[in-house]
Amino acid sequence: MNVPFPDAQVHLGVFFQGVNHWTIWSEPESGSQIDFASFRRMIATAERGLFDAFFLGEGLRLRESGGRIHDLDIAGRPDAITQLAALAGLTSRIGLVATQNTTYNEPADLARRLSGLDLLSDGRAGWNVVTTDNAWTGENFRRGGFLDHADRYVRAEQFLHVARGLWDGWDDAAVATSTDAPAWSHGDAITPVLARTSQFSIDAVPLLPRSPQGHPVIFQAGDSAEGRDFAARNADVIFSAHGGDVDDALAFATDIRARLRAVGRPEDDVRILPGTTIVIGDTESEAEEKARWLELRQVTPATALAIASQVWGFDLSDRDPDGPLPAEDPVVAEATGEMGSRRWNDKHAIVARWRDVAAAQKLSLRETVIELEPRRGHVGTPAGLAEKFAHWVRHGAVDGFNVSPYFTPDGLDDIVDLLVPAMQERGVYRDAYEGTTLREHLGLRAPLSRRSA
Amino acid sequence: MPSRLLHLAVDLDGDGAHPASWRRARHAPDRLLTSERVARVVRVAENAGFTLATFEDSPAPPRRRPDPAGRIGAVERAAFAAPLTSVIALAPVVSTTYSEPFHVASQLASLDFAAAGRAGWVVSATDDAAVAAALGRPFVTGDGLSREARDAVTVNRALWDSWEDDAAIRDVATGRYLDVDKLHHVDFVGETYSVKGPAIVPRPPQGQLVVLAPEGLVPPDLVDVTLVADPTVDGIGAAARRAATPRVFAEVEVVIDTPDGDAVDRLAGLDAATQWPRGERLRHVGSPAALVALLTDLARVVDGVRLFPLVLDEELPVLSAHVLPALFRGGVATRPVAGSSLRTTLGLPRPANRFTSQEVPA
Repeated sequence: MNVPFPDAQVHLGVFFQGVNHWTIWSEPESGSQIDFASFRRMIATAERGLFDAFFLGEGLRLRESGGRIHDLDIAGRPDAITQLAALAGLTSRIGLVATQNTTYNEPADLARRLSGLDLLSDGRAGWNVVTTDNAWTGENFRRGGFLDHADRYVRAEQFLHVARGLWDGWDDAAVATSTDAPAWSHGDAITPVLARTSQFSIDAVPLLPRSPQGHPVIFQAGDSAEGRDFAARNADVIFSAHGGDVDDALAFATDIRARLRAVGRPEDDVRILPGTTIVIGDTESEAEEKARWLELRQVTPATALAIASQVWGFDLSDRDPDGPLPAEDPVVAEATGEMGSRRWNDKHAIVARWRDVAAAQKLSLRETVIELEPRRGHVGTPAGLAEKFAHWVRHGAVDGFNVSPYFTPDGLDDIVDLLVPAMQERGVYRDAYEGTTLREHLGLRAPLSRRSA
Repeated sequence: MPSRLLHLAVDLDGDGAHPASWRRARHAPDRLLTSERVARVVRVAENAGFTLATFEDSPAPPRRRPDPAGRIGAVERAAFAAPLTSVIALAPVVSTTYSEPFHVASQLASLDFAAAGRAGWVVSATDDAAVAAALGRPFVTGDGLSREARDAVTVNRALWDSWEDDAAIRDVATGRYLDVDKLHHVDFVGETYSVKGPAIVPRPPQGQLVVLAPEGLVPPDLVDVTLVADPTVDGIGAAARRAATPRVFAEVEVVIDTPDGDAVDRLAGLDAATQWPRGERLRHVGSPAALVALLTDLARVVDGVRLFPLVLDEELPVLSAHVLPALFRGGVATRPVAGSSLRTTLGLPRPANRFTSQEVPA
């Protein structure tokens, strides 16, 4: 059988969740979402498991629905860069990736904070570039909702360009190596960045040198055609949504490779790490049973009604979650930035599908939500999952996964203790960190703006 | 006998307070901007017995040529130091002039969690057109500086209260993680911007971080510790008497005799490279014993001092070996106790939450 990438390795990251109903808060295993000890425990486990990276999300506004704060899911989390800087001194190898938006930040400030993290971690920083545009989020920021939806990637790309200029602003030997030197830095060693673009009018002096990995590694998650092109032009890693089905993952990877070629990049220039959950059991049936147990705790009766409310577009919290689907037609409202306002495009089609599935399988409202939730993740035995992931990476469908644990802070334990050894036995997972920087762990080339022609 | 025990803070910027301090540092210039350097200096300060380390910052380059052109952000340095220390408190300087108050509130609250309640904030303003140009923002100067500082502290304090301490209820029976009645929109509306809230970070361990601010920048009801810069003890005493904040710290530049040379010579040597401008701060140039006497005098008029050592690698060891022990022995100064928040160490109560309902149910 033809195996296109026989030497491929699985790379793992962990996404320390901030908000959603996938993280279970109701059980004895559910620890604090905010105590520093939880983060310390999670990252120590990930580093023990030789993960490439530890991710944190970004919060810009607490989720609301109908003007009311959403109260069913975990909420409250630290600022990503601050927390990762604190974790930098407790770890020595694992990458530290901060999700940060390009709309409610300014390049000179954010580029410097990321550089600082990169220096404090000796070259382990990453930046998951996200865009935001809605005025609802903007209500927490000086400029309000200033950016048109159509301009979100325009601003992001210009932002990245300025950030790279700042990261490249110091010559590699800019700083003196002796206290006897005439000056702390050499005469022309630091180049200011001047930008006059549609989004920025900036004249900035970069404040920091490059780290051992050159620049923070750029992650990006956009899935639209525009988002994929943005990633092909700018990203080192794509945090994709195509990690459930191998054919879907392969189609996505093939599409990305074509887009990379189109912009003149080698097609192996980007790593693809879909987000996923992993449920492990000693046997297949035990794993399935555990997955079912988890789903019932993730989709509580109240959560089932909240999700249905988003789909139908009006409050269903007084309905019976164990009863039938609502008889009414959905109401389509304008996207505002509140929960669910943009999550489902064609609500009539979705409700029709829900009705078909509920009727065919004789499911209650809550059972229908569980059946149709888009993210089930990977469920199986350590050996079975290791075989499956080996197949995926050797066929070029993904380069690994960004795992969301369902428990904080011990949710990675079985992955590290059971799945990682099973992958190591099959030769698809590292036995030790070989490099020290995030860029090295991921096997990436030099930063895009630092390659000789 | 001093009427109260002095709290000792130290600023750990770069290689020291003198712009040319890098020339006397014990490491090569290209090792300044490293994790190793940040960790080492803060550990030295902790072991010496300081209550608080502050981290100077600005969005602009720290010095002009030929002196250091680079500085890692103060919030990042303080956060990095947090889990590497267990007693000393950590307060970054964060400028209010152009920063996003929502981001700053999140960063500082996160620092307080990482530091288990040992975090503070040294409020500053940035009067520099070059910074406005770097950030692509209209230049703010004059009265605008105090307006932005006031608004930023107001918003930070409101956001830190926007989650009541017990907002995460994990009520399995109703499926609710949060009690929405304990989360609050702050609805700040200022002259130049508004902030809706609530915060993205739960209420920090101290409830409110300790806010330190230079005299006159921020209305006193928003400040916990006034930082007084005045060249004489009498002037500091007068400023302390007029300050309407719970605590007052004096800012003191410190040049002392060390095994590497006496204070006057070391200062003159560095001044020959780059002149260290005399600002408003009290400056001590002399023996460690004379510094002990000066700080003993100050203990009669202020609650604490923040020291600005000429050269960290030279002054800190002498402060650690001679000055601080003499102050502790003499009952002049106090050292922090492990497990205490900065508020506890400073004798400040944990503030009630402004949003906590006092109403009796009808």
